[in-house]
Amino acid sequence: MENFLSRYRNVSILVAVLFAQVLGLAVQVKRSTENESTRLIRVWTVSAVSPLEKAIVWFQSGTSNLWHSYVYLRGVRQENRELKDEIEKLRLERVRLVDDAEQARRLQALLGFKEQYISKTIAAQVIGSSGSEQSRSVYIDKGSSQGLEKDMPVITADGVIGRVLKVYPSTSQVLLINDQTSGVGAILEQSRLQGILRGTPAGEVILEKVMSDETVQPGEKVLTSGGDQIFPKGLPIGTVSKVTAGPEVFLNVRVRPATNLNKLEEVLVITRKEERSATVAETAPARAVDILSQRLPSVPDKPRESAAVGSAKTAGAPNRTAGSVPAPQAPAVAKGIKDGAPKSNEAPSTGDAMPGPKVPPVAKSAKGGTAGTDSASTPTPGSVKPAIAQKPAPPAVKVSQQVPNPASAPPKPKPEQQPVVAPVPPGDKPQ
Amino acid sequence: MPITYTSQEQVEVYRFSAPAAVLIPLTALFLQAFLPLRLHFFSIFDLPLLVVIFFAVARRSQVSGLLTGAAIGLLQDSLTHHPIGVYGIAKTVVGFGASSLGVKLDVENLGARVLVTLFFYVVHEFVYFLVARGLVGLTLEWSWSHELGSAFANAILAAIVFTLLDRFKLRA
Repeated sequence: MENFLSRYRNVSILVAVLFAQVLGLAVQVKRSTENESTRLIRVWTVSAVSPLEKAIVWFQSGTSNLWHSYVYLRGVRQENRELKDEIEKLRLERVRLVDDAEQARRLQALLGFKEQYISKTIAAQVIGSSGSEQSRSVYIDKGSSQGLEKDMPVITADGVIGRVLKVYPSTSQVLLINDQTSGVGAILEQSRLQGILRGTPAGEVILEKVMSDETVQPGEKVLTSGGDQIFPKGLPIGTVSKVTAGPEVFLNVRVRPATNLNKLEEVLVITRKEERSATVAETAPARAVDILSQRLPSVPDKPRESAAVGSAKTAGAPNRTAGSVPAPQAPAVAKGIKDGAPKSNEAPSTGDAMPGPKVPPVAKSAKGGTAGTDSASTPTPGSVKPAIAQKPAPPAVKVSQQVPNPASAPPKPKPEQQPVVAPVPPGDKPQ
Repeated sequence: MPITYTSQEQVEVYRFSAPAAVLIPLTALFLQAFLPLRLHFFSIFDLPLLVVIFFAVARRSQVSGLLTGAAIGLLQDSLTHHPIGVYGIAKTVVGFGASSLGVKLDVENLGARVLVTLFFYVVHEFVYFLVARGLVGLTLEWSWSHELGSAFANAILAAIVFTLLDRFKLRA
């Protein structure tokens, strides 16, 4: 035996070293399902490599800033003008979006939705990569000392890039979404189909678990679904680039990431998410039925005339069309909405009682009751139309129709009683 | 043909100073981790592998070659998120093979270096593929065109890198 070992010393050492590594691999693979601690060799290597990377990135960005901020200022004036123009455009757009967001928040509150808000982020610089085509991960210059933890989402202004995989004192490893071991809960923006976003060995990104009988169009945006409990819902991930038939009954949906994962420089780590539902205060000016009557597909579909009849007859509310003549009882309600001060008996206060995302109770309330108060019965949306149309009231017919002859119209209300354009539901109650 | 069969006495054995033996692999690891961020095409290169081949061929000691390969491979593994040992095993095999070849053949000239790198790059990728698929369970796809393209690219880079590293060689 001794002769054998001495004769084949080199080969014996090779076998021993390989055996030790295979054994080590086996132990790691077995433990990989558990919450393994970081290996010391990783800490050593990262500690040895990252300071140099940080220094180079710092020097590089410093030099670049110096050049672009103090020396190379060609075209800055023109750019400034263009940016000011863009700000003006964005301001206008913002007004519209704020309005939409407020409406969405009111709906969420009424339907009992909870949403995750990004409440704190930390900006970090990408300083290095894994250096392997099989391990698509990058290192950032923030670690546990800055409050980073495992599984925190990492994003850029364009979209999601990955999650924190390992945390070291002053650096962290981020697993990119195009790595084959990553997984992100995703949803298609238009079709609302959900799936799991994974990377491929070639570094592409695909959306899995979309059934082959569904229709997915190239160009559709892919967002986070929030189902993975890591990424907040609604963050952009990418765009569908190609759809082919996949294995078994699923589609092979290829996604082009919103962020160029090969050219990452600065990223944001989401360090705190807050889960809260919109408060009643945020629902202030409008009521559940106001919003739902505007947004639910079943309600706006009905003929304009009958809708107006229903709205005026059942509740005596003014027509939503600007310039039309309000019903006698309407101005008080309209004024209340306009003033933005909901009365204590208005629907928002009952919004909390709404049992989750159930639409029918609201539809029921549109029949004659107050929103959310009657949640026991759940009529189908189709049952709403007849209910509204069953209560005709002659004066309101005149109100809702465009009256060609002003002389035959009812007397106009005082200016402060003019109805606002804000949505008024068919089931509105006079105050 | 640049590769010539030589007796062991004819082949020169080199050694490296301690700082060079430590800093060259670390620099290779650093460049491998840093450059692909700025130059994405650099990810097809494997600088640590080139260093393993260079040390193994220059030292012409199988034990030294395999240990150098194992050490550099394990360090490279620790930068990835996969279990430690995949690159370690692949580079151990390459270190042993390259040093075994260095004992038998004179691979000091340019043509020999290119051919040796070409061959060992494919060996490295094959062993990595086997270990990653068989032991770790990674889903990898073997593409001859990709592997051969990368092997040629690494062989050309090796010709340059080996020339630079020759400056650190010391006669044993």
